[in-house]
Amino acid sequence: MPSLSKLSSLFSAACLLCTTLLLVPQARAQFSGAPPDSSAFSIPKADLIQPEALRALLQSGDKPLVLQVGSHIMFAQAHIPGAQYAGPGSQPAGLELLASKVAAAPKTQSIVLYCGCCPWNRCPNVGPAYHRLHDLGFTHVKVLYIANNFGQDWVGKGYSVEKGE
Amino acid sequence: MAKATALKKVSRRRRILRGLSLLILALAATNLAVGTPTKSLLHRHAPAFVRHDLQGHSVRLRAYRGKVVLLNFWATWCAPCLEELPHFEAWQTRYARNGFQAIAVSMDDTDAPVRALASKLQLTIPVVMGDAPLGDRYGGILGLPITFLIDRRGMVVARFEGATDLDALERQVCQLLARH
Repeated sequence: MPSLSKLSSLFSAACLLCTTLLLVPQARAQFSGAPPDSSAFSIPKADLIQPEALRALLQSGDKPLVLQVGSHIMFAQAHIPGAQYAGPGSQPAGLELLASKVAAAPKTQSIVLYCGCCPWNRCPNVGPAYHRLHDLGFTHVKVLYIANNFGQDWVGKGYSVEKGE
Repeated sequence: MAKATALKKVSRRRRILRGLSLLILALAATNLAVGTPTKSLLHRHAPAFVRHDLQGHSVRLRAYRGKVVLLNFWATWCAPCLEELPHFEAWQTRYARNGFQAIAVSMDDTDAPVRALASKLQLTIPVVMGDAPLGDRYGGILGLPITFLIDRRGMVVARFEGATDLDALERQVCQLLARH
C-alpha cells in the first residue's frame, strides 16, 4: 500500500505533466517566430485591456469609443455593443477608414481597438491600427487582448454582442 | 498532540490536492473547448448552401451527400489558414477516389485577394465566398480558421477551431472515409 506522501508526489507530478501538456502548445503558439514590427506584440502591454475589464468599463458611465479593426463579415455577425467598424487595419483602405472614424474626436478620446479574427500572435490588424492612432496623436488608446478569437474570448464568455452593419 | 498535527497536515494536503484537481479540470475544459464540435451543429445536418465558386460554377453542399466533406472557413489575411489550405488541396488529390471533398469558404470581405491567392496556391478545390448569414448558420464564424467535417450522410461530426493539428484532422478524415 503506497504511503500518502508517495501518492501526493505522484499526483503532483501528474498535475505538472497535465498542466504542461495543456499550456505549452498555447505558449508555443503565442511566441513562435519573430513578430514583425507592426504585429500585435508591438503594442505596449500597458496599452492592452482584458475582455473582463472592457466589459466592466462598458457597464460603467465612462464608455470608450470602441472600434473593430478586423473583418467586416465578422463584425456583421457579432460585435461589441456600440462598436463601430473601422478596418481592416492590415490594409491601407482600412487604416483610412479608421482615421476617418476618429477625425472629429479629441486626441484625448478614450478609444479601444479590437479585432479577434485570429489568435493574438497572428492578428494582422490590431498592430497597424494601434500605431496609426498613435501617429495621429491619440493618447488614450487601448487594444483589447483577445488570446484566441472573438468567438471564444468574448462571445464564448457570455458577454453581450450586437449584430448587423 | 503529534497525532493531531499529523492529521492537520493530511487534511491540508487533501485540500491542496482537491484545489489542484479543480484547477486541472478547469484548464482541461478551457483547452478542450478548442476543436470540439459546436453543440448546436454536432450530429445535425450541415446547413445547406448554394454558392458560386471563383470560376462561376455552382457549389451546392447537398450535392456532395455520399462524400466526406471538409468545409473550411478561411481568409487571405489569416496566417494559420494559409498554412492549412495546401494540405487540404493535397488531401483532395490523395483521397478523392475514396469519396473526399474539400470546400473552402472565404470570409474575406471582397473576392479580389481570394482570386489572387487561389491562383498563387493553384487551388483546385471549390473556393466560394462566405458572408455573415452563412457564418450565422454555421454557429458564428467569429475567428479563423474553422473547419467542419461532414460525414457521408451530411451530418456535422467535428468542428476544429484555430490552428489545427493536421495529423489528427487527417486521421479523422480517414476514419470517416473508411465508413460506408
